[in-house]
Amino acid sequence: MSIAPSKILATLRVNGRDATLAFHPHATLLEVLREELRLTGTKHGCELGQCGACTVIVDGTPVLSCLTLAAEAIGRSVETVEGLAVDGTLHPVQRAFLELGAAQCGYCTPGFLNAAVHLLEKNLEPSEAEIRDALAGHLCRCTGYTKIVEAVALAGRRMRASIDG
Amino acid sequence: MGKNGASHSGSHVVGAPLPRIDGYAKVTGAAIFADDMALPRMLFGKLLRSPHAHARILSIDYARALRIPGVVAIAIGSDLPIRYGILPSAQDETVFAIDKVRYVGEPVAGIVAEDELTAQTAAALVDIRYEVLPSVMSIDAALLDVDGNGEKIHPDSRRDNNVHKEVHLTFGDLDAGFADATRIFDDEYFFEGNTHAALEEHSAVASCGADGKLTLWSSTQTPHYLHRVASAVLELPASRIRIIAPPVGGGFGGKTEPVAHELAAAYFSRKTGRPVKFTLSREEVFYTHRGRHPVRIHLRTGIRADGSISACRVQTWLDGGAYGSYGVATTYYTGALLPVTYKMGAYAFDGCRVYTNKPPCGPKRGHGTTQPRYAFESQLDEIAKELGLDAGAYRAAIAIDPYSRTVNHLRVTSCGLREALSAVSERTGFSDKHGKLAPGRGIGLAASAYLCGAGLPIYWNPMPHSGAIVKVDRGGGVTIFCGTSDCGQGSQNMLAVIVAEALGVDVLDVSVCSGDTDLTPVDLGSYSSRVTFMAGNAARSAALDVRERIAVVAGAELGIAPERCAFENGRVFDRKNPDRALSFIDAARATEARFGTLAGVGSYTPPADLHGDFKGSGVGPSPAYSYSACVAEVEVDFETGEVRVERIVLAHDCGRALNPRIVEGQIEGSAYMGMGEALMEESAFRNDLHRIPNLLDYKTPTILDTPRIDAIVIETKELEGPYGAKEAGEGPLNPVIPAIANAVADAIGRRIYATPITPERVLQALDGTAGPLRLRAPIAMKTT
Repeated sequence: MSIAPSKILATLRVNGRDATLAFHPHATLLEVLREELRLTGTKHGCELGQCGACTVIVDGTPVLSCLTLAAEAIGRSVETVEGLAVDGTLHPVQRAFLELGAAQCGYCTPGFLNAAVHLLEKNLEPSEAEIRDALAGHLCRCTGYTKIVEAVALAGRRMRASIDG
Repeated sequence: MGKNGASHSGSHVVGAPLPRIDGYAKVTGAAIFADDMALPRMLFGKLLRSPHAHARILSIDYARALRIPGVVAIAIGSDLPIRYGILPSAQDETVFAIDKVRYVGEPVAGIVAEDELTAQTAAALVDIRYEVLPSVMSIDAALLDVDGNGEKIHPDSRRDNNVHKEVHLTFGDLDAGFADATRIFDDEYFFEGNTHAALEEHSAVASCGADGKLTLWSSTQTPHYLHRVASAVLELPASRIRIIAPPVGGGFGGKTEPVAHELAAAYFSRKTGRPVKFTLSREEVFYTHRGRHPVRIHLRTGIRADGSISACRVQTWLDGGAYGSYGVATTYYTGALLPVTYKMGAYAFDGCRVYTNKPPCGPKRGHGTTQPRYAFESQLDEIAKELGLDAGAYRAAIAIDPYSRTVNHLRVTSCGLREALSAVSERTGFSDKHGKLAPGRGIGLAASAYLCGAGLPIYWNPMPHSGAIVKVDRGGGVTIFCGTSDCGQGSQNMLAVIVAEALGVDVLDVSVCSGDTDLTPVDLGSYSSRVTFMAGNAARSAALDVRERIAVVAGAELGIAPERCAFENGRVFDRKNPDRALSFIDAARATEARFGTLAGVGSYTPPADLHGDFKGSGVGPSPAYSYSACVAEVEVDFETGEVRVERIVLAHDCGRALNPRIVEGQIEGSAYMGMGEALMEESAFRNDLHRIPNLLDYKTPTILDTPRIDAIVIETKELEGPYGAKEAGEGPLNPVIPAIANAVADAIGRRIYATPITPERVLQALDGTAGPLRLRAPIAMKTT
């Protein structure tokens, strides 16, 4: 028994796969990803759109999943941190975060990764100011952002090299 | 070897900038934090919190709430009446308030339901009647006698006022010291409170089996203390409780003591026989707090003609909030570590912590040493200026010597303070810039010291502070079991590096099992920057225990004495003839065949001679101290009062850097966090309410506010540290705040005597409406 309203049945496309599931009409995308699809890589730090931890990519654009209704994502393509590595090989941004120690506690990391991947998809040679601008909506309490900026730049260089090479 | 693995073994693990072993899970979203867990039939809990800062609870009626479909159980204070607190001397909290509430946000009842929404909806139907009492919201108000006007926050206190703790310590002849001084500097500073704001909101999941055995997963930095408190509060033997600390999404001291939601989860799971999860909202995290104490600091420092410190008297008043928390230790820490950096002829310390009707304050990165360090390094800057001395050279001249004793009897071993001071000065050209930049531009310098773990445990006992077990599998895999909790600082990796180094194996062949009271020996927890030194030493002993046995067997096989066996690159070989070798796996198997199951144990207890023999001597001693120095460069906008930090250069003596990349990360994070405290972070209250309990209004530096940070690793050889290591997690934060304050003073030509240095304070200083803080008379203490 529960006092919650009835659920709706819908299909979400998450990390390239369709998932048909039932969720409350008021459920946020964050809640549905974490609680229904068990994609717990997407984190919450405030559920008020203030920290950026819950950032996922919807139709190619970073969105705060805590402020997005899951119902709004029906028929759209959702990418989460779990979709970044392909066949077990880390995305260059993940690799750079790993190697440079840009993830300490790792809690804000999935949000940063999504924002960084989105930036590099548009601009493989971002200046430091462009990197900082792109990540300005994300809070990290561990790193002082230094290694995050370095990691995004490194990933961009490697992605360029792999295209050029 | 996996696709992404960075293989590394042998004698080069220590000191190599390798990826942290837990980094793979953290960059893929695979790390399971407490709130990521879900168990079958799990219930969700909510805490009802007080809307009043100080009120008597007249009645609680939850019959209506309990009738809501989906609500499973409700509990109030009388259901869990046992008092607890992290310090044995301050057992002053209950899970839910009993009889009265003492701050807005204090838990009054708990409710569990089939889902979160139901719990939340039903919570609104619990009818609680209060009689509102006058609130005490400042240090000054708390120092006043209550005199029948209202009532004390803790009515059972023996005092007439709301003072919680007083400390008075004197070392050397203070009067003679001040008589010896040619100049005496008297200043008062105020350090505003602030909070940790770790990105992960606290979460706990409890599951009680039909056998009565309870498992509690919690985002805690101190699983061992949670184990003890849960046992006491639930009246359940510790042997029936298993505490597991999953990866913690940032701590900074905010998850170092048991708090209501963890114990509530455990209680409700026992009561309902179902798993229960409590996850705090961000607003609740602000009320749970245990953050940096607001501290008023009075410094009286006597200087001889040559600039040396003849005497120093420090007085601190701490706004503790509603409960004790770690506050007694915090109070001592506001006086304990200033002499660890500089030589002083005589030293006195008076501390006074008060209760107020605010969320309880506790330890935040730098625990109690951060506030007086800000004040002292600010005053030292004024002293150097008066004496016409370079701020860096002056500090180096009065710096404590390695392998010495401080005026308050603390044992100092390795000390890289002078090296750190010159590193930051040289990197920035400090001497050429200080006092010489254009108006609005400034440069400032400061130094500090910090513990490598508290020399004495929180509860008095003669057992080790840290224990470890190292087990070797027949396949060559090595597992270390240790009760640590990794809150992002890198303790998992530290343990793996030390064990890999000792056994000469690939660091990715080492697995770390941590923070599980069923499986791991006790480590006291991630606080006081103790883990690398203490758990690291325990891990090293355990690994050497295993290695000794392998060396006996391998030595016999190789026909050499065990001492001649070297362990590197997955091989055990003759040090004098490296071609004579066994693989580590073969050596381990032969050892298991000879001696049986291959596992070693190790433990670490700090030496006993770290401190003097007086009441209060237990806070401050540490087996070693880290040293830091910082230079900050700022630009101040005279129109808006805004301070922009352009660069922070921060040097830190961490002994030997076990993983320099992780040490740099700790230094960079400290620079950032210190900058936030210096310029914007504050626990601000309006009337009885926390004014800004959210991450937008509680301003922390974003990536746009945070400048270039140069981390400089200063390596000293700490003979007692594991492979020479000291701490890096907290110490580097302390000099950042005064370095920025000193840079602002350099930029505007006036000193601001309070934090945070907001645009408002800068403008007040510029237009002369804010001078020095009013000097107080020495604390009017009433010893009971």
